[in-house]
Amino acid sequence: MILTYKVQGGDFSNAGKCSSEVKKVLKQLNIDHKIIKKVVIALYEGEVNIVAHAYHGVITVEINTEKIKITLKDEGPGIPDINKAMEQGYSTASPIVRELGFGAGMGLPNMKKNTDYMHISSEVNKGTEVILINYL
Amino acid sequence: MSKNQIFSHALEIDRSICVGCTHCMRVCPTHALRVRKGKAVLYPDRCIDCGECFRACPINAIKIKEDDLSALNKYKIKAALVPSVMLGQFPDNLSIKRIYKAIYELGFTHIYEVEQSIEFLRKQIFNYQKKSNIKPLISSFCPAIVRLIQVRFPSLTENIIKLRTPKDLTAEIIIDDFTRQGFSIDEIGIFYITPCAAKIAAIKSPVGEEKSVINGVINMNSFFNMIMNKCNSNHYTEEELMEIQTTSLPPMAITWSLTRGEAQYVKGRSFAVDGIVNVCDFLEKIENDEIQDVDFLELRACDESCAGGILCTKNRFLTIESMYKRASTSYNKRKNIKFNKNIEKLLINKMNITSIEPRPMNLDNDVEKAIKKLERIREIMCFLPNIDCGLCGAPNCKNLAEDITNNKAHISDCVFIQYKNLTDTEQAKNILTKIWGENIFEKDCSKKGAKYEGS
Repeated sequence: MILTYKVQGGDFSNAGKCSSEVKKVLKQLNIDHKIIKKVVIALYEGEVNIVAHAYHGVITVEINTEKIKITLKDEGPGIPDINKAMEQGYSTASPIVRELGFGAGMGLPNMKKNTDYMHISSEVNKGTEVILINYL
Repeated sequence: MSKNQIFSHALEIDRSICVGCTHCMRVCPTHALRVRKGKAVLYPDRCIDCGECFRACPINAIKIKEDDLSALNKYKIKAALVPSVMLGQFPDNLSIKRIYKAIYELGFTHIYEVEQSIEFLRKQIFNYQKKSNIKPLISSFCPAIVRLIQVRFPSLTENIIKLRTPKDLTAEIIIDDFTRQGFSIDEIGIFYITPCAAKIAAIKSPVGEEKSVINGVINMNSFFNMIMNKCNSNHYTEEELMEIQTTSLPPMAITWSLTRGEAQYVKGRSFAVDGIVNVCDFLEKIENDEIQDVDFLELRACDESCAGGILCTKNRFLTIESMYKRASTSYNKRKNIKFNKNIEKLLINKMNITSIEPRPMNLDNDVEKAIKKLERIREIMCFLPNIDCGLCGAPNCKNLAEDITNNKAHISDCVFIQYKNLTDTEQAKNILTKIWGENIFEKDCSKKGAKYEGS
């Protein structure tokens, strides 16, 4: 099963809608709540990243009996140095975004912590694609 | 409680009154109601006894299962267990002594106030917070919330504080008082006066314990009428009332059942959320980790907590005013509080409940089957209009799609599908009759709002 969600850059008031929807679906599927929690936390971080940094993006969630695979693809500035971005506390978020309570530099590390597999590919001035997998 | 067990609910739909108007179906927070053959029907495994349907019903077709006073006759000790919100229902010029007197006249031999165990409970919540590393801890006070969490937020069941509620703890005090005096347990009848349906369910089919120690439940609304009638017909002299001993409670205990009643006395960062819709919103965010570092949650299903209970008579804000008035004068008069070391010793061994099991509303326990079902639901949704009109007898299109997948409804129950697929109006009429009953197409001038309403 594939679920698709559109995310608009800069739309902080709706950040979290996608992860809430996905959570509802996973609960209906009787997936272990510990896995649901991890998936939702990682997805929420990814969703906020698109809102805070990119112009717009698409999130696809593939669910089968083996795994939950999430692809977050955005058009945006891209990440110049992925290794640096993975460091805890490193953030390029603007002061305004930080004032909103986002951009603490915990996003990517938190995503990695809550998933079994994570892969980032990015091209500067084009966009970023993040793949997250949690095995059931 | 295992998933296959039959749930005993406090709410019952009176089919002789129900006209299938959908008001209840639309407000149910767990989508547990449908309309079939012109009557509301309940999916019992989803009901959490919150009473929102009772509140929404415009023609009183939803009944509360309760005990009546004849049940008192079975016992030698007939103890009324009265919540402070009940004493807040009466006009302010009616003294508590008069209310007590009227309760005795109804046949009760003893009166206990639910909040007599609050000081003990507060201390235990404090200790519980110290020992537990779970964040946030959720109060076990409101039984509708406990059930809501079991059904809609199963992952949060472990956050519920495994302590018994004030009414159960006070019931233990009553049992102890009289067994010490030589009465056997069968001779002691404890009757709780309830402001809501959820507390009836909590007594008739408790969560986290085998059997409730409370023997009967009396509807507070009916009780209010009985007391008002006694007070109106009998006038007592000052002397007669002087003999009546009322219970002294600290202000904290009197207001415990109101919003922030618990939260203001716990350690750390706490929230008090009332109203079932607000609670659902808040728990969504807690479950997503969007709200973090919260120590304690006081969650109540009714707006303004127990003052807004479905069986309260007085306006909730006036009730709150009365309760605060009582609290503001209670401290000075407070004498010989029953609280002694013995009671603490007694309750400490009886304060815990066992684990609270989730009873999630999933599509299937088997993930593979559940995925198949959800795929089917999403396919069906392609055809449904998504306007949630309720004409199919389900609260929204998604629920209809789910019912179809579970063989509990048919796609042609949707009027839009009927329009597209059926050429025969007789067939469409049959379908609508199946959902809305025989009389739905008949002219009826006695219905609510019609020309000869009430005739």
